Amino acid sequence: MEKDFEKIFQDKIDQEIKIEPRDWMPEKYRQTLIRQISQHAHSEIVGMLPEGNWITRAPNLRRKAILLAKVQDEAGHGLYLYSAAETLGISRDEMYEQLHSGKAKYSSIFNYPTLTWADIGAIGWLVDGAAIMNQVPLCRTSFGPYARAMVRICKEESFHQRQGFEILLTLSKGTEAQKRMAQDAIDRWWWPSIMMFGPTDDESPNTLQSMQWKIKRFTNDELRQKFIDVCAEQIKVLGLVIPDKDLKWNESTGHYDFGKINWDEFWQVVQGNGPCNKQRLETRKKAWEEGAWVREAANAYAEKRKQRQTVTAA
Amino acid sequence: MSNTEWSLWEVFIRSKQGLDHKHVGSLHAADAQMAIENARDVYTRRMEGVSIWVVESKNIHASNPTEAGALYDPANDKAYRHPTFYHLPDELKHM
Ligand SMILES: [Fe+2]
Ligand SMILES: [Fe+2]
Ligand SMILES: [Fe+2]
Repeated sequence: MEKDFEKIFQDKIDQEIKIEPRDWMPEKYRQTLIRQISQHAHSEIVGMLPEGNWITRAPNLRRKAILLAKVQDEAGHGLYLYSAAETLGISRDEMYEQLHSGKAKYSSIFNYPTLTWADIGAIGWLVDGAAIMNQVPLCRTSFGPYARAMVRICKEESFHQRQGFEILLTLSKGTEAQKRMAQDAIDRWWWPSIMMFGPTDDESPNTLQSMQWKIKRFTNDELRQKFIDVCAEQIKVLGLVIPDKDLKWNESTGHYDFGKINWDEFWQVVQGNGPCNKQRLETRKKAWEEGAWVREAANAYAEKRKQRQTVTAA
Repeated sequence: MSNTEWSLWEVFIRSKQGLDHKHVGSLHAADAQMAIENARDVYTRRMEGVSIWVVESKNIHASNPTEAGALYDPANDKAYRHPTFYHLPDELKHM
Protein backbone atom coordinates (compact mmCIF):
# COMPACT_ATOMS: atom_id res chain seq x y z
CA MET A 1 0.00 0.00 0.00
CA GLU A 2 2.70 2.48 1.14
CA LYS A 3 4.72 1.32 -1.88
CA ASP A 4 1.85 2.18 -4.27
CA PHE A 5 1.45 5.62 -2.75
CA GLU A 6 5.16 6.22 -3.09
CA LYS A 7 5.07 5.28 -6.72
CA ILE A 8 2.10 7.55 -7.46
CA PHE A 9 3.89 10.31 -5.59
CA GLN A 10 7.14 9.94 -7.55
CA ASP A 11 5.19 9.70 -10.84
CA LYS A 12 3.53 13.03 -10.10
CA ILE A 13 6.91 14.60 -9.35
CA ASP A 14 8.39 13.19 -12.55
CA GLN A 15 5.49 14.66 -14.53
CA GLU A 16 6.04 18.06 -12.87
CA ILE A 17 2.70 17.87 -11.08
CA LYS A 18 2.90 19.94 -7.88
CA ILE A 19 2.35 18.33 -4.49
CA GLU A 20 -0.23 20.13 -2.36
CA PRO A 21 -0.50 20.05 1.47
CA ARG A 22 -3.30 17.49 1.70
CA ASP A 23 -1.84 15.11 -0.88
CA TRP A 24 -0.12 11.95 0.29
CA MET A 25 3.65 12.40 0.69
CA PRO A 26 6.49 10.35 2.20
CA GLU A 27 7.20 11.36 5.79
CA LYS A 28 10.79 12.09 4.86
CA TYR A 29 9.66 14.51 2.14
CA ARG A 30 7.51 16.34 4.68
CA GLN A 31 10.32 16.52 7.22
CA THR A 32 12.89 17.65 4.66
CA LEU A 33 10.58 20.42 3.53
CA ILE A 34 9.74 21.54 7.04
CA ARG A 35 13.45 21.75 7.82
CA GLN A 36 14.36 23.56 4.62
CA ILE A 37 11.43 26.00 4.52
CA SER A 38 11.63 26.93 8.21
CA GLN A 39 15.38 27.36 7.96
CA HIS A 40 14.81 29.66 5.02
CA ALA A 41 12.15 31.59 6.97
CA HIS A 42 14.46 31.99 9.96
CA SER A 43 17.16 33.33 7.60
CA GLU A 44 14.84 36.03 6.29
CA ILE A 45 13.97 37.08 9.84
CA VAL A 46 17.47 36.99 11.32
CA GLY A 47 18.70 38.58 8.09
CA MET A 48 16.91 41.79 9.03
CA LEU A 49 19.29 42.32 11.94
CA PRO A 50 22.61 43.12 10.23
CA GLU A 51 20.88 45.59 7.89
CA GLY A 52 18.61 47.01 10.56
CA ASN A 53 21.82 48.12 12.22
CA TRP A 54 22.22 50.82 9.55
CA ILE A 55 18.67 52.13 9.12
CA THR A 56 19.13 55.02 11.53
CA ARG A 57 22.56 55.81 10.09
CA ALA A 58 21.83 55.67 6.36
CA PRO A 59 23.69 58.55 4.65
CA ASN A 60 20.56 60.28 3.34
CA LEU A 61 16.80 60.12 3.27
CA ARG A 62 16.65 58.29 -0.07
CA ARG A 63 18.96 55.54 1.15
CA LYS A 64 17.06 55.31 4.41
CA ALA A 65 13.68 54.89 2.72
CA ILE A 66 15.14 52.21 0.42
CA LEU A 67 16.79 50.26 3.23
CA LEU A 68 13.63 50.44 5.30
CA ALA A 69 11.60 49.06 2.38
CA LYS A 70 14.11 46.27 1.81
CA VAL A 71 14.16 45.19 5.44
CA GLN A 72 10.36 45.27 5.49
CA ASP A 73 10.37 43.00 2.44
CA GLU A 74 12.56 40.51 4.30
CA ALA A 75 10.02 40.40 7.13
CA GLY A 76 7.38 39.62 4.52
CA HIS A 77 9.54 36.87 3.04
CA GLY A 78 9.87 35.30 6.46
CA LEU A 79 6.12 35.35 6.81
CA TYR A 80 5.38 33.83 3.40
CA LEU A 81 7.77 31.01 4.19
CA TYR A 82 6.53 30.36 7.72
CA SER A 83 3.03 30.11 6.24
CA ALA A 84 4.21 27.62 3.62
CA ALA A 85 5.84 25.48 6.33
CA GLU A 86 2.68 25.61 8.44
CA THR A 87 0.73 23.86 5.68
CA LEU A 88 2.91 20.81 6.43
CA GLY A 89 1.60 20.56 9.97
CA ILE A 90 4.10 22.43 12.13
CA SER A 91 2.90 25.46 14.10
CA ARG A 92 4.44 28.92 13.96
CA ASP A 93 5.25 28.85 17.66
CA GLU A 94 7.00 25.51 17.29
CA MET A 95 9.23 26.98 14.60
CA TYR A 96 10.06 30.01 16.74
CA GLU A 97 10.82 27.65 19.60
CA GLN A 98 13.24 25.69 17.38
CA LEU A 99 14.99 28.89 16.33
CA HIS A 100 15.28 30.24 19.87
CA SER A 101 16.54 26.97 21.32
CA GLY A 102 19.21 26.71 18.63
CA LYS A 103 17.70 23.49 17.26
CA ALA A 104 16.93 25.10 13.91
CA LYS A 105 19.61 26.79 11.85
CA TYR A 106 19.51 29.89 9.71
CA SER A 107 21.92 31.02 7.00
CA SER A 108 25.37 31.52 8.54
CA ILE A 109 25.97 34.66 6.53
CA PHE A 110 23.91 36.65 9.01
CA ASN A 111 26.38 35.89 11.78
CA TYR A 112 28.81 38.40 10.29
CA PRO A 113 28.77 42.04 11.46
CA THR A 114 27.96 45.13 9.36
CA LEU A 115 30.87 47.43 10.19
CA THR A 116 30.45 50.24 7.64
CA TRP A 117 27.80 51.65 5.32
CA ALA A 118 29.51 49.89 2.40
CA ASP A 119 28.50 46.59 4.01
CA ILE A 120 24.89 47.41 3.13
CA GLY A 121 26.00 47.66 -0.49
CA ALA A 122 27.95 44.41 -0.31
CA ILE A 123 25.03 42.59 1.32
CA GLY A 124 22.63 43.71 -1.38
CA TRP A 125 24.96 42.79 -4.20
CA LEU A 126 26.46 39.56 -2.85
CA VAL A 127 24.16 38.18 -0.16
CA ASP A 128 20.88 38.98 -1.90
CA GLY A 129 22.58 38.05 -5.17
CA ALA A 130 23.49 34.60 -3.86
CA ALA A 131 20.02 34.23 -2.36
CA ILE A 132 18.42 35.02 -5.73
CA MET A 133 20.64 32.47 -7.47
CA ASN A 134 19.35 29.89 -4.99
CA GLN A 135 15.74 31.03 -5.03
CA VAL A 136 14.95 31.39 -8.72
CA PRO A 137 15.07 27.60 -9.32
CA LEU A 138 13.00 27.11 -6.16
CA CYS A 139 10.09 28.82 -7.92
CA ARG A 140 9.74 25.43 -9.66
CA THR A 141 10.18 23.32 -6.53
CA SER A 142 7.77 20.39 -6.24
CA PHE A 143 5.78 21.52 -3.18
CA GLY A 144 3.05 23.97 -4.27
CA PRO A 145 2.95 26.39 -1.31
CA TYR A 146 6.76 26.66 -1.25
CA ALA A 147 6.94 27.31 -4.99
CA ARG A 148 4.23 29.99 -4.77
CA ALA A 149 5.98 31.71 -1.87
CA MET A 150 9.22 31.71 -3.86
CA VAL A 151 7.57 33.33 -6.88
CA ARG A 152 6.38 36.18 -4.69
CA ILE A 153 9.79 36.48 -3.01
CA CYS A 154 11.77 36.48 -6.24
CA LYS A 155 9.64 39.29 -7.63
CA GLU A 156 10.55 41.39 -4.62
CA GLU A 157 14.22 40.39 -4.43
CA SER A 158 15.43 41.95 -7.64
CA PHE A 159 15.40 45.49 -6.29
CA HIS A 160 17.38 44.31 -3.26
CA GLN A 161 20.37 43.36 -5.33
CA ARG A 162 20.18 46.42 -7.55
CA GLN A 163 20.06 48.88 -4.65
CA GLY A 164 23.12 47.19 -3.13
CA PHE A 165 25.07 47.38 -6.34
CA GLU A 166 24.10 51.03 -6.68
CA ILE A 167 25.52 51.77 -3.22
CA LEU A 168 28.83 50.16 -4.17
CA LEU A 169 28.86 51.91 -7.55
CA THR A 170 28.39 55.29 -5.90
CA LEU A 171 31.18 54.60 -3.42
CA SER A 172 33.46 53.31 -6.18
CA LYS A 173 33.18 56.66 -7.95
CA GLY A 174 33.77 58.62 -4.76
CA THR A 175 36.85 59.66 -2.80
CA GLU A 176 39.81 57.38 -2.13
CA ALA A 177 38.42 56.68 1.34
CA GLN A 178 35.03 55.72 -0.09
CA LYS A 179 36.64 53.39 -2.62
CA ARG A 180 38.65 51.76 0.14
CA MET A 181 35.49 51.32 2.19
CA ALA A 182 33.73 49.59 -0.72
CA GLN A 183 36.70 47.30 -1.36
CA ASP A 184 36.98 46.44 2.33
CA ALA A 185 33.30 45.45 2.45
CA ILE A 186 33.71 43.21 -0.61
CA ASP A 187 36.83 41.68 0.92
CA ARG A 188 34.90 40.69 4.04
CA TRP A 189 31.65 39.54 2.37
CA TRP A 190 32.93 37.66 -0.66
CA TRP A 191 33.95 34.36 0.90
CA PRO A 192 31.02 34.05 3.31
CA SER A 193 28.71 34.76 0.34
CA ILE A 194 30.01 31.93 -1.77
CA MET A 195 29.74 29.65 1.26
CA MET A 196 26.00 30.46 1.30
CA PHE A 197 25.49 27.75 -1.34
CA GLY A 198 26.42 25.17 1.28
CA PRO A 199 29.03 22.41 1.39
CA THR A 200 30.45 20.93 -1.82
CA ASP A 201 28.37 18.28 -3.55
CA ASP A 202 30.42 15.36 -2.26
CA GLU A 203 29.88 16.70 1.28
CA SER A 204 26.09 17.05 1.00
CA PRO A 205 24.59 13.58 1.21
CA ASN A 206 20.96 14.76 1.07
CA THR A 207 21.29 16.46 -2.29
CA LEU A 208 20.56 13.34 -4.33
CA GLN A 209 17.22 12.66 -2.63
CA SER A 210 16.24 16.33 -2.77
CA MET A 211 16.99 16.41 -6.48
CA GLN A 212 14.95 13.27 -7.06
CA TRP A 213 12.01 14.83 -5.24
CA LYS A 214 12.64 18.07 -7.15
CA ILE A 215 12.85 20.03 -3.95
CA LYS A 216 16.22 21.14 -5.25
CA ARG A 217 16.80 21.78 -8.96
CA PHE A 218 20.57 22.37 -8.99
CA THR A 219 23.38 21.20 -6.74
CA ASN A 220 25.29 23.52 -4.40
CA ASP A 221 28.37 23.51 -6.60
CA GLU A 222 26.41 24.24 -9.79
CA LEU A 223 24.79 27.28 -8.21
CA ARG A 224 28.03 28.46 -6.63
CA GLN A 225 29.82 28.31 -10.00
CA LYS A 226 27.02 30.24 -11.70
CA PHE A 227 27.20 32.93 -9.04
CA ILE A 228 30.97 33.27 -9.26
CA ASP A 229 30.83 33.52 -13.06
CA VAL A 230 28.29 36.34 -12.84
CA CYS A 231 30.11 38.27 -10.09
CA ALA A 232 33.50 37.99 -11.76
CA GLU A 233 32.05 40.03 -14.64
CA GLN A 234 29.99 42.45 -12.53
CA ILE A 235 32.98 43.48 -10.39
CA LYS A 236 34.55 45.03 -13.50
CA VAL A 237 31.79 47.66 -13.57
CA LEU A 238 32.84 48.68 -10.05
CA GLY A 239 36.53 48.83 -10.90
CA LEU A 240 37.19 46.92 -7.68
CA VAL A 241 38.54 43.40 -7.13
CA ILE A 242 37.25 40.09 -5.82
CA PRO A 243 39.59 38.94 -3.03
CA ASP A 244 40.63 35.68 -4.68
CA LYS A 245 44.01 35.58 -6.42
CA ASP A 246 43.07 32.26 -8.05
CA LEU A 247 39.98 33.66 -9.72
CA LYS A 248 40.70 33.20 -13.41
CA TRP A 249 38.72 32.63 -16.60
CA ASN A 250 39.15 29.07 -17.82
CA GLU A 251 38.78 28.81 -21.56
CA SER A 252 38.34 25.04 -21.60
CA THR A 253 35.58 24.80 -18.95
CA GLY A 254 33.90 28.05 -19.94
CA HIS A 255 33.82 29.05 -16.28
CA TYR A 256 35.91 30.95 -13.78
CA ASP A 257 38.29 28.90 -11.66
CA PHE A 258 38.37 29.99 -8.04
CA GLY A 259 40.48 29.50 -4.93
CA LYS A 260 40.07 27.17 -1.97
CA ILE A 261 37.11 27.84 0.28
CA ASN A 262 37.86 27.86 4.00
CA TRP A 263 35.33 25.21 5.06
CA ASP A 264 36.76 25.24 8.55
CA GLU A 265 35.44 28.75 9.00
CA PHE A 266 32.09 27.69 7.52
CA TRP A 267 31.61 24.86 10.01
CA GLN A 268 32.81 27.02 12.90
CA VAL A 269 30.10 29.58 12.13
CA VAL A 270 27.44 26.89 11.61
CA GLN A 271 28.32 25.43 14.99
CA GLY A 272 27.72 28.77 16.67
CA ASN A 273 31.20 30.26 16.80
CA GLY A 274 30.80 33.05 14.24
CA PRO A 275 31.35 36.68 15.22
CA CYS A 276 27.66 37.43 15.89
CA ASN A 277 25.85 34.10 16.50
CA LYS A 278 25.19 34.83 20.15
CA GLN A 279 24.12 38.39 19.58
CA ARG A 280 21.68 37.46 16.79
CA LEU A 281 19.93 34.78 18.83
CA GLU A 282 19.80 36.97 21.92
CA THR A 283 18.19 39.75 19.91
CA ARG A 284 15.53 37.40 18.51
CA LYS A 285 14.76 35.89 21.89
CA LYS A 286 14.53 39.30 23.52
CA ALA A 287 12.14 40.52 20.83
CA TRP A 288 9.97 37.42 21.34
CA GLU A 289 9.91 37.67 25.12
CA GLU A 290 9.37 41.41 25.25
CA GLY A 291 6.60 41.12 22.68
CA ALA A 292 4.67 38.61 24.77
CA TRP A 293 2.46 41.25 26.40
CA VAL A 294 1.47 42.56 22.95
CA ARG A 295 0.37 39.11 21.81
CA GLU A 296 -1.58 38.58 25.00
CA ALA A 297 -3.17 42.03 24.94
CA ALA A 298 -4.31 41.57 21.34
CA ASN A 299 -5.91 38.27 22.28
CA ALA A 300 -7.63 39.80 25.30
CA TYR A 301 -8.91 42.70 23.21
CA ALA A 302 -10.23 40.40 20.49
CA GLU A 303 -11.96 38.25 23.13
CA LYS A 304 -13.58 41.27 24.76
CA ARG A 305 -14.83 42.60 21.47
CA LYS A 306 -16.29 39.23 20.54
CA GLN A 307 -18.19 39.14 23.83
CA ARG A 308 -19.48 42.65 23.36
CA GLN A 309 -20.73 41.68 19.91
CA THR A 310 -22.62 38.63 21.20
CA VAL A 311 -24.23 40.77 23.90
CA THR A 312 -25.49 43.32 21.35
CA ALA A 313 -26.69 40.53 19.10
CA ALA A 314 -28.66 38.95 21.95
CA MET B 1 2.66 29.07 24.48
CA SER B 2 0.40 27.63 21.81
CA ASN B 3 -2.74 28.77 23.63
CA THR B 4 -1.65 32.36 22.96
CA GLU B 5 -0.90 31.79 19.28
CA TRP B 6 -3.08 34.05 17.15
CA SER B 7 -5.37 32.18 14.82
CA LEU B 8 -4.56 31.53 11.18
CA TRP B 9 -6.33 33.48 8.41
CA GLU B 10 -6.42 32.96 4.66
CA VAL B 11 -6.02 36.11 2.59
CA PHE B 12 -7.79 36.81 -0.71
CA ILE B 13 -7.00 39.87 -2.81
CA ARG B 14 -8.77 41.58 -5.66
CA SER B 15 -5.93 42.89 -7.76
CA LYS B 16 -8.07 45.19 -9.90
CA GLN B 17 -11.63 46.43 -9.93
CA GLY B 18 -13.70 43.93 -11.93
CA LEU B 19 -11.59 40.86 -11.13
CA ASP B 20 -12.21 38.05 -8.63
CA HIS B 21 -10.58 37.89 -5.23
CA LYS B 22 -7.73 35.38 -5.42
CA HIS B 23 -6.06 33.43 -2.64
CA VAL B 24 -2.59 34.86 -1.99
CA GLY B 25 -1.47 33.27 1.27
CA SER B 26 -2.11 33.27 4.97
CA LEU B 27 -1.11 35.00 8.18
CA HIS B 28 -1.76 35.07 11.92
CA ALA B 29 -3.91 37.69 13.61
CA ALA B 30 -5.92 38.08 16.81
CA ASP B 31 -9.07 39.18 14.97
CA ALA B 32 -10.46 40.03 11.53
CA GLN B 33 -9.53 43.69 11.67
CA MET B 34 -5.92 42.91 12.50
CA ALA B 35 -5.88 40.25 9.79
CA ILE B 36 -6.93 42.84 7.21
CA GLU B 37 -4.35 45.34 8.42
CA ASN B 38 -1.58 42.73 8.39
CA ALA B 39 -2.68 41.53 4.95
CA ARG B 40 -2.35 45.09 3.68
CA ASP B 41 1.18 45.34 5.10
CA VAL B 42 2.31 41.95 3.88
CA TYR B 43 0.48 41.31 0.62
CA THR B 44 -0.11 44.75 -0.91
CA ARG B 45 3.20 46.59 -0.47
CA ARG B 46 3.42 47.11 -4.23
CA MET B 47 -0.17 48.02 -5.09
CA GLU B 48 -1.13 44.38 -5.64
CA GLY B 49 -4.70 44.97 -4.52
CA VAL B 50 -7.77 47.16 -4.27
CA SER B 51 -9.76 44.92 -1.91
CA ILE B 52 -8.94 42.32 0.75
CA TRP B 53 -10.94 39.40 2.11
CA VAL B 54 -9.79 37.43 5.14
CA VAL B 55 -11.31 34.13 6.29
CA GLU B 56 -10.30 32.28 9.40
CA SER B 57 -8.63 29.11 8.08
CA LYS B 58 -10.66 26.82 10.32
CA ASN B 59 -13.81 27.97 8.48
CA ILE B 60 -12.58 26.66 5.14
CA HIS B 61 -13.92 23.26 4.13
CA ALA B 62 -12.07 21.44 1.38
CA SER B 63 -12.69 18.46 -0.86
CA ASN B 64 -10.58 15.41 -0.18
CA PRO B 65 -7.72 14.97 -2.67
CA THR B 66 -7.84 11.15 -2.40
CA GLU B 67 -11.45 11.23 -3.63
CA ALA B 68 -10.63 13.53 -6.53
CA GLY B 69 -10.98 10.72 -9.07
CA ALA B 70 -14.52 9.77 -8.10
CA LEU B 71 -15.53 13.37 -7.45
CA TYR B 72 -14.66 14.71 -10.90
CA ASP B 73 -15.14 11.53 -12.91
CA PRO B 74 -18.80 12.22 -13.90
CA ALA B 75 -17.63 15.34 -15.78
CA ASN B 76 -15.25 13.32 -17.90
CA ASP B 77 -17.66 11.62 -20.33
CA LYS B 78 -19.86 14.60 -21.12
CA ALA B 79 -18.06 16.02 -24.09
CA TYR B 80 -21.41 17.40 -25.32
CA ARG B 81 -21.03 20.15 -22.72
CA HIS B 82 -18.33 21.69 -24.87
CA PRO B 83 -19.11 23.72 -28.00
CA THR B 84 -16.53 21.83 -30.08
CA PHE B 85 -18.66 18.66 -29.75
CA TYR B 86 -21.06 19.90 -32.46
CA HIS B 87 -20.09 19.66 -36.14
CA LEU B 88 -21.97 22.26 -38.09
CA PRO B 89 -21.55 23.46 -41.70
CA ASP B 90 -18.93 26.16 -42.33
CA GLU B 91 -21.53 28.41 -44.04
CA LEU B 92 -23.14 28.94 -40.69
CA LYS B 93 -21.93 32.35 -39.45
CA HIS B 94 -22.01 34.15 -36.13
CA MET B 95 -22.44 31.07 -33.94
FE1 LIG C 1 14.43 37.91 1.23
FE1 LIG D 1 15.86 34.97 0.99
FE1 LIG E 1 16.44 40.30 -0.03
